[in-house]
Amino acid sequence: MECIRLDSSINSGFIDQVARESEQDPYLCYQCGNCTAGCPNNFVYDIPVHRIMRLLQAGQKETILGSHSIWLCATCESCTTRCPNNIDVARIMDVLRHMARREGYVTEKRVKQFNDSFLHSVQKHGRVFELGTVMRFVARTGRFWTDVELGPKVLARGKMATRAHNIQGKEQVSKIINRFLGDERK
Amino acid sequence: MSSELTYAYYPGCSGLSTSLDYERSTRAVCSALGMTLKDIPDWSCCGSTPAHTVDHVLSAALSARNLALAESMGVQSVLTPCPSCLTNLKVAGHRMEKDDFKKEVNALLDHPCANSLTTKSVLQALVQDVGMDKIAERVRKPLKGIKVAPYYGCLMNRPPEVMDFDDPENPVSMDRILQALGADVLDFPLKVECCGGSFGVARKDVVVHLSGKLLGLARDMGADAVVTACPLCQMNLDLRQSQINAHLKETFNLPVFYYTQLAGVALGLDPDHLLLKKLVVKPWKVLHKIQEPEAAAV
Repeated sequence: MECIRLDSSINSGFIDQVARESEQDPYLCYQCGNCTAGCPNNFVYDIPVHRIMRLLQAGQKETILGSHSIWLCATCESCTTRCPNNIDVARIMDVLRHMARREGYVTEKRVKQFNDSFLHSVQKHGRVFELGTVMRFVARTGRFWTDVELGPKVLARGKMATRAHNIQGKEQVSKIINRFLGDERK
Repeated sequence: MSSELTYAYYPGCSGLSTSLDYERSTRAVCSALGMTLKDIPDWSCCGSTPAHTVDHVLSAALSARNLALAESMGVQSVLTPCPSCLTNLKVAGHRMEKDDFKKEVNALLDHPCANSLTTKSVLQALVQDVGMDKIAERVRKPLKGIKVAPYYGCLMNRPPEVMDFDDPENPVSMDRILQALGADVLDFPLKVECCGGSFGVARKDVVVHLSGKLLGLARDMGADAVVTACPLCQMNLDLRQSQINAHLKETFNLPVFYYTQLAGVALGLDPDHLLLKKLVVKPWKVLHKIQEPEAAAV
């Protein structure tokens, strides 16, 4: 296993920032492993969630924000529900994703692109237009075969609306997102 | 109509599209049980998983716009069938109990949210407000002779401090409803395991693996059908069942009902209002297994 030299690599500003934004105390983790034991997506993680917590205590910003795990967490809340020290681990994983986004660490481009396509649809229509979201995802990622085989099943049953439901207050929704983006750019 | 069974109703975006069957059957069952659902006028998307993975204030604001609209409706509670909407609305309300957070959220909104209402799932309202006795009394066609695996998904009851209903590891509310409807309800050990959620489009491998496990255990336990309370779980298990079969070289053929569809069948509601024909894995064989009340009584 890789050894970490804390004297040269600990980033305490990172630990403080995660603690502040998540309103959680990462130091409460004593590595029981319950979070990893219950994590359904551990099989696709490059770093198991208990080790993310340990790396966080050691201020290993680059390793954590550059991991695939933070993008592959399904926010199923198993870790949060089972933590014996009441750490909201899923909230920490969310905050790590927020930071990775802001600072340009994207290891799972398709996951980010799907989320972006979803929010773009919300911003445009006020409600998510599922078909439009998938089409934008396909256009942006070039993955033209994504779910094409499901098309006939979906269409035959009229299971997917073919037109967006624009709400009257779509401008209000659009402004929520724009105000957020404006704040973020400051 | 008793006013305590009147709610501000938040259908959620998938209810207009991929889970139209959940939406229609929910309305039909609630109406049959004397509940009044008043749609939140001009409701908007809660942001679902994508919003909270981008920012918590943004996510809460997208939910809070709806909570603010509901505040003018003269009701006590907001009701939603979708666990993902539920968790977003409830987490927003929970975090807005802190003034600083509330201020940040309201700064993104045109109309501030006072955070004065409670939010609950339709499932919670059925169990706590309507009650099991009333549901059992209203049954016209008991679901005798079918074995079902109740599957809640991960979000309906978690995290427990926020959701504040049922058990986060072993929820039983849907089990109890299905029992009251007369079904043979399996003690399904994976009832809160994740189906892969919203990774279906971006990382199909995740959904195939996780949902495949759920279908495999349900089948091995002898289930005739899986019963869900979540639009995303239903889509992953039903619509993607053919993808799961192709990738895992399996031959699953398990219908995946919304619990409201089976409730509608048991209450004897018009099948057209339950949109059973929307299910991708055909449910007719299972529905034919339900014994007629006369036969069951013998």
